[in-house]
Amino acid sequence: MGPRLEFRNLTLGYDRHPAVHHLNGAVEEGALLAVIGPNGAGKSTLFKGIVGAIKPLAGSIELGGVNSHEIAYLPQVIDIDRNFPITVYDMVAMGLWRCAGAFGSVNGNIHKEIDGAIAVVGLTGFEQRPIGSLSGGQMQRMLFARLLLQDARIIVLDEPFNAVDSKTVEDLLALIRRWHGESRTVLAALHDIELVRTNFPQTLLLAREPVAWGETAAVLKPANLLKARQMCEAFDEEAQECVDTRAA
Amino acid sequence: MLNHLLIDPLRDQNVRHSLVAVMALALSAGPVGVFLMLRRMSLVGDAMSHAILPGVAIAFLAGGLSVISMTLGGLVAGVIVALFSGVISRVTELQEDASLAVFLLVSLALGIVIVTINGIDIEHLMEFLFGETKAKMSAGKLLVIAVNTTVSLVGLALIYRPLVLECVDPHFLRSVSTAGGAAHLAFLALLVLNLISGFHALGTLLGVGIMIIPAAISRFWARDISKLIALSAVSALVAGVAGVLISFHAQVPAGPAVTLAAGILYLASVVFGPVGGVAWQVFPGRHLEA
Repeated sequence: MGPRLEFRNLTLGYDRHPAVHHLNGAVEEGALLAVIGPNGAGKSTLFKGIVGAIKPLAGSIELGGVNSHEIAYLPQVIDIDRNFPITVYDMVAMGLWRCAGAFGSVNGNIHKEIDGAIAVVGLTGFEQRPIGSLSGGQMQRMLFARLLLQDARIIVLDEPFNAVDSKTVEDLLALIRRWHGESRTVLAALHDIELVRTNFPQTLLLAREPVAWGETAAVLKPANLLKARQMCEAFDEEAQECVDTRAA
Repeated sequence: MLNHLLIDPLRDQNVRHSLVAVMALALSAGPVGVFLMLRRMSLVGDAMSHAILPGVAIAFLAGGLSVISMTLGGLVAGVIVALFSGVISRVTELQEDASLAVFLLVSLALGIVIVTINGIDIEHLMEFLFGETKAKMSAGKLLVIAVNTTVSLVGLALIYRPLVLECVDPHFLRSVSTAGGAAHLAFLALLVLNLISGFHALGTLLGVGIMIIPAAISRFWARDISKLIALSAVSALVAGVAGVLISFHAQVPAGPAVTLAAGILYLASVVFGPVGGVAWQVFPGRHLEA
């Protein structure tokens, strides 16, 4: 049995205001799950909770025996210093942190692995370029190469296709399908409904509260989408303490 | 002429000590400076260098001109300031650079008050602030600097990978490891060690010059971090040796002499450096085919 992600009455948020409210459910090993919803629906917050960057306000997340450092995570807002003098090759190589760590050597076999990852995302020839010279799409390809080397059982992608051209989206989707084929668990926050419909078997529609979760075709019904769109984005400053105890 | 400029000073043992000291200092201050620059902490280093003054001053009052006690005094003061400003910026809304600027001003004022109240003579005060005139390095200081350099280089090698990653992509490092915080603290400790060396060789006000300016110089000549580190050490070395010789011949304190020598190299790099230098922007050459 591999890792199974489970949310138990999970509430995540900021300053006691919930951004994800009473989420229950499980992501089975090998699932390919799209997380969709309007802006402010809690998609990024949910992912930050999964990788342990924020603590739940209530409830819990079970990682099924996986350490949160073993989850490969691509955040939405990339805090990379693009002026830093480092090459594409070295940046991709950092995906090997878990096996090489701070001191481990990088020998011949590992060099082949790195070259392989760079080739898969179509960046061969860019190895010695400084990362500052990459375009937005190339940057995203580089980050996917790094994710590839992380060799994680659970992969969490927060809006991976933002501001990326369609060719790059196709290539990166192929990589995601490959991960799915290797029965890794992949969660991706997305906005493009059509892309979700054709590529992701399962979908979680989130609007702070979970609106629907299951087979993509069933979740993406107009009634569900309408309900999600009616979510109020702003926090209510006068909100009372939540006394909802369903599933507690 | 050359004989007089370069060889004559070497007949004096103190000058030889000064030269070796500044070379040792350059070897570790150059690389540490590169990381200061890449972490946008150049001014933080400057602030910290002043922050060690009260510690040195108190140690001077307690133990006289003892190298060991002044080193320990500076070390304690430096670590306290580094930790305090780190803690203050983490638990309050104040940014770390702002809280460091406060510490810089208060420490410098405190240091000067401590030494003047206790009737230090002007010659020693000048020495504290700007380093010794005529390059008269003692064997004791030389030893401290050599030890600091050794520790710094070994330490930097040990924390190199997490430190680089913490600079370029801190979120990623946090997602795979908890080594980032430890690497940052270790780096601050190395910074303090090098500031102490800088204080012994060049005085507290300008001792940080040999750390910050060579790093800025290297940025005009290379794009790769290992080359930056090597170039920074080399330019620190050149500026240090030139500065000590200037200090000997012109009878000026070592701190300003070394810093000015580094400043001249910096100006030359701004104009002629191939990575973004002014000359290359004015005469870029024709554009390439692909």
